[in-house]
Amino acid sequence: MQIKLWINNKVFEDDIQSDILLIDYLRSKGFYSVKRGCETANCGLCTVHLEGKPVLSCSTLTVKANGLHVTTLEGMKEEVEEFGGFMADQGAEQCGFCSPGFIMNVLAMKKELVNPTELEIKQYLSGNLCRCTGYMSQLRAIKKYLELKKED
Amino acid sequence: MKSVSQGIRKKDAMALVTGKPVYTDDIAPSNCLIVKVLRSPHAHALIEEINTTVASKVPGIECILTYEDVPKSRFTMAGQSYPEPSPYDRLILDKRLRCVGDPVAIVAGIDDRCVDKALKLIKVKYEVLEAVLDFREAKDNKIIVHPEEDFKALCDFTGTDAKRNLCSTGNFTFGDVEEELSKCAHVIEQTYHTKANSQAMMETFRTFTELDIYGRLNITSSTQVPFHVRRILANALEIPKSKVRVIKPRIGGGFGAKQSVVSEVFPAIVTMKTGKPAKMVYTRKESMTSGSPRHEMEIKVRLGADEKGIIKAIYMYTLSNDGAYGEHGPTTVGLSGHKSMPLYNGANAYKFEYDVVYSNTMGSGAYRGYGATQGLFALESAVNELAAKINIDPVKIRELNMVSQGEVMPAYYNETANSCTLDKCLAKAKEMIDWDNKYPCRDIGDGKVRSVGVSMAMQGSGISNVDTAAVEIKLNDDGFYTLMIGASDMGTGCDTILAQMAADCLDCDVDNIVVHGVDTDQSPYDTGSYASSTTYITGGAVVKTCATLRNKIVEEGAKLLDCKVENVEFDGQKVFSLKDNKEMSLRDLGNATFVGGSKLLSASESHYSKVSPPPFMVGLVETEIDKLTGKVDIIDYVAVVDCGTVINPNLSRIQVEGGIGQGIGMALYEDISYDKNGRMRNDSFLQYKIPTRLDVGNIRVEFESSFEPTGPFGAKSIGEIVINTPAPALANAVYNGTKVNIRTLPITAEKIVMGMIKNEK
Amino acid sequence: MFTIKNYVVAENLEQAYELNQKRSNVVLGGIGWLKMGSRNIQTAIDLSKLGLDKIEEDEESFKIGCMCTLRDMEVNESLNSYFNGAIARALVHIVGVQFRNCATIGGSIYSRFGFSDILTCLLALDTYVELFNGGIIPLAAYKDMYYDRDLLVRIIIKKDARKVSYLTHRMSATDIPVLAVAISKLEGKWQFVLGARPQRAILVDQADGILGQNPTQEEIDALVDYVIKEVKFGTNMRGSKEYRQILAKVLINRGIEEIMGGTHAN
Repeated sequence: MQIKLWINNKVFEDDIQSDILLIDYLRSKGFYSVKRGCETANCGLCTVHLEGKPVLSCSTLTVKANGLHVTTLEGMKEEVEEFGGFMADQGAEQCGFCSPGFIMNVLAMKKELVNPTELEIKQYLSGNLCRCTGYMSQLRAIKKYLELKKED
Repeated sequence: MKSVSQGIRKKDAMALVTGKPVYTDDIAPSNCLIVKVLRSPHAHALIEEINTTVASKVPGIECILTYEDVPKSRFTMAGQSYPEPSPYDRLILDKRLRCVGDPVAIVAGIDDRCVDKALKLIKVKYEVLEAVLDFREAKDNKIIVHPEEDFKALCDFTGTDAKRNLCSTGNFTFGDVEEELSKCAHVIEQTYHTKANSQAMMETFRTFTELDIYGRLNITSSTQVPFHVRRILANALEIPKSKVRVIKPRIGGGFGAKQSVVSEVFPAIVTMKTGKPAKMVYTRKESMTSGSPRHEMEIKVRLGADEKGIIKAIYMYTLSNDGAYGEHGPTTVGLSGHKSMPLYNGANAYKFEYDVVYSNTMGSGAYRGYGATQGLFALESAVNELAAKINIDPVKIRELNMVSQGEVMPAYYNETANSCTLDKCLAKAKEMIDWDNKYPCRDIGDGKVRSVGVSMAMQGSGISNVDTAAVEIKLNDDGFYTLMIGASDMGTGCDTILAQMAADCLDCDVDNIVVHGVDTDQSPYDTGSYASSTTYITGGAVVKTCATLRNKIVEEGAKLLDCKVENVEFDGQKVFSLKDNKEMSLRDLGNATFVGGSKLLSASESHYSKVSPPPFMVGLVETEIDKLTGKVDIIDYVAVVDCGTVINPNLSRIQVEGGIGQGIGMALYEDISYDKNGRMRNDSFLQYKIPTRLDVGNIRVEFESSFEPTGPFGAKSIGEIVINTPAPALANAVYNGTKVNIRTLPITAEKIVMGMIKNEK
Repeated sequence: MFTIKNYVVAENLEQAYELNQKRSNVVLGGIGWLKMGSRNIQTAIDLSKLGLDKIEEDEESFKIGCMCTLRDMEVNESLNSYFNGAIARALVHIVGVQFRNCATIGGSIYSRFGFSDILTCLLALDTYVELFNGGIIPLAAYKDMYYDRDLLVRIIIKKDARKVSYLTHRMSATDIPVLAVAISKLEGKWQFVLGARPQRAILVDQADGILGQNPTQEEIDALVDYVIKEVKFGTNMRGSKEYRQILAKVLINRGIEEIMGGTHAN
């Protein structure tokens, strides 16, 4: 099937099989930040933005993104480096495998929620699993980041 | 110390947060054959017939291998120093299948689609055999898991006897336990049961292989043990070790799972047969069902104390379920006794017996804690039950009995506790959680209570007299250093902390040290990242190597300055002689050594330790329990750790928080169960629930650092101990809130409610 | 993972319905569940261009297109200003925001899974499904129908002032429920729905006659006994039948208390 979509604002025109998942298409085009951690849509590692909304690229057919804008970690360099710095200051990027999906969801959360409580932050991000950190350092990084962004 | 004790950023931090392609599947060549495995649907079977003709004809298929196509030498997949205690009981593909998921055929093709198609077209006729699925019935069962003639056990001390389904058996005695117990005023006898938890690291097992221009097999794998992989693959493929090179890129977590060879053999043999690059990426389901989970253990504890609560005798019997293969079976079991009992060093007698059995369930492996976790759940729970029986506060019974610094520990290989602040850890934790005002529980209305629970823990630091690490440091032109290590950073940041140590030894900035990851062709030998050895053993090698390099710098500096070496000093920035009033910057020295008759400066030292100094910690938890539904919520988890000197507070803190998170999973949420045909049912994140960020409550961590004289900068270890407190601490909190003792993990709401109902009867 | 031979973005419902009559064709929702199987799909039918991803509201009802995501329903302020925000509460535990941005209400209701939070919750409301061929039928009837080849076009929820409580017990925060209980009260009429029994949600008949406007504990106990007798519970990996019966008792009590102005939150 013929498709035309935008990935990080760059246009991609292609003829693909209609059952290719977005995660596999993205990785085949060199967007290696997108990771797979499970087959049951539970882990959140594959999170990307579709028209600005966080979705699981493992549960989205590429053809579904036809005519739409997809954003991966590679496409949000400044915001990623900014929030990533807060994570690095905590050491929260341990093995780093959950980091891209997690950061994409944090950036989506920042757009969607205003002054979230700790519970609201945790609920928004509940679909992002991490096995290394116990989540505490991630929360510290988020809080410091939101503090800084509040002053903007 | 300018770098050690600082919470500096990991060296790979920005690469990881910006999603750089640094993991195995990101750097695999795009023309790799895709390799998948057909797996046995039966727990115990023989392949009567296997027909791959139709499957081979699928366009794109390059090779299909069965048991008839693989080498006949048995080997072990366990990442351990040679000679491995784990028996050589495996083949790459075997005619006999010993668990659901055991590999039946290997298929390699140009893409996933054709491989998936071919897998469905392989025709197998199985002779289904009776399986031994209950590990409690495995010993001396008429069903033998490993009846093969060429089964090999390399080490005598393991007590291996495959004809009895015994992968290992043994015992340890100090004093007379029966005598002591008979004199005790209070005796507890209980049995505890832990499950075959999955490490569930986010990056599943994966490997790619290719032949280089010298015809050598290059293996790039997500592994914790590159040097062991080299040996194991050479054994499995029956090729010389010199023909194998192993490279370790960034790894998405391991926790012990990757201390065994798991995925490597399959693409490796495909590459050997086809000459082409090959790649295998395990699915989450495969990682759950055919990975290397924690050994399921059933541990009986008999514990006796006098009227005052002084523990006089401890008996432990561990029955460990090794599953279908013997990896890490003989080595994990010992820790269940030896890394739990020494916490109560004042007893007059200890006895520890164990059997590690084969069964037709998932082959087990290494998982953080490595047997200590299971043993501590049993012993700490038993101590808590003892305290309840005597009506003593469980914190108090520990204050009365815990090991102190300076004591010789007969149950811990007769080592001395040269560094131990366990008493301070308990005191601080108690204060942080306000234990005295919360023990045992308070009613908060609406059917809910808040209760507290306690556990202590210990582990080791490296394997004494076995673990060895070498490190090489080179001085480059322009005066920067390259630190070559064989230790495997799996996200923990060991690359960074080893650089921190080197920076302090060499009196320079940590950014002046480049760390090079692991390639068995280039890196100095290191047993690998397991046994909590990276900081303690590899760190020790770093300290030694830096000392040697400093001497070389001074010597060469003296030559270049034309001074007597006794007058020359090195302060990290320059070599200088006050007497001769001469100096040369490190940068100039570095450049000078790259020219002419001068000597390139590098040093390499290896290190091992005769002792394995235990880190200690205390975990106190406050829970809210809904007595009507049994639901347990974690309100506050307080951990205080003695890991010796803390090299990087940020990274150490996260080790503790992460380990507690995993421990909470093991305690409350993660279960492993089989159907009646031996198929493991919790085979995805839908059914195996690792904690989400809503499931761990609030975790607070503090350190009470002792100083370990044999450790680099006084450090011990932290990597494994951190998973050991949650299960017993939560079981204690549940008891204190509901009077229900849960002795089989996980602790579930249903078990609590049913336990309360049973108590009422 | 499934395979697809042809992919059609439907131009109109008639076309989609026609295509769906073939057994090897499938209407795609959020594909989360479909992905866990290995169906070979001849023609996959995509309904995204039919404007069915909107939540429409008029004086009488909410009309929720089948391609609305669970997240769309969760954040819709107007929808959640009714029924004590029960719909949002039923959805918030489901895996995570990204998952709910993919899962569709059409797929969730069509599949009628036992563990479905949203099915349980909507059964306690005055809910109807609009089928392309079958017309508008009550959800209570639809949920017991066999899978067929009709198209689920929208969900219709009639507006009213009922008070609703939605409570579950889960083994971990985002796991599927061990038991789900939805209770509604409209003037004097009570409705009780039990889901994840583990079987799919069931609306308990005749139950409201037992409770008065201001139920006493005796009435509540009698109701609970009635429910335990009438409703079938089962045992699976997440819980035993006996435990589910205990949970039913607790959650029904708490749900009633919540509706009557108590504090019960879940």
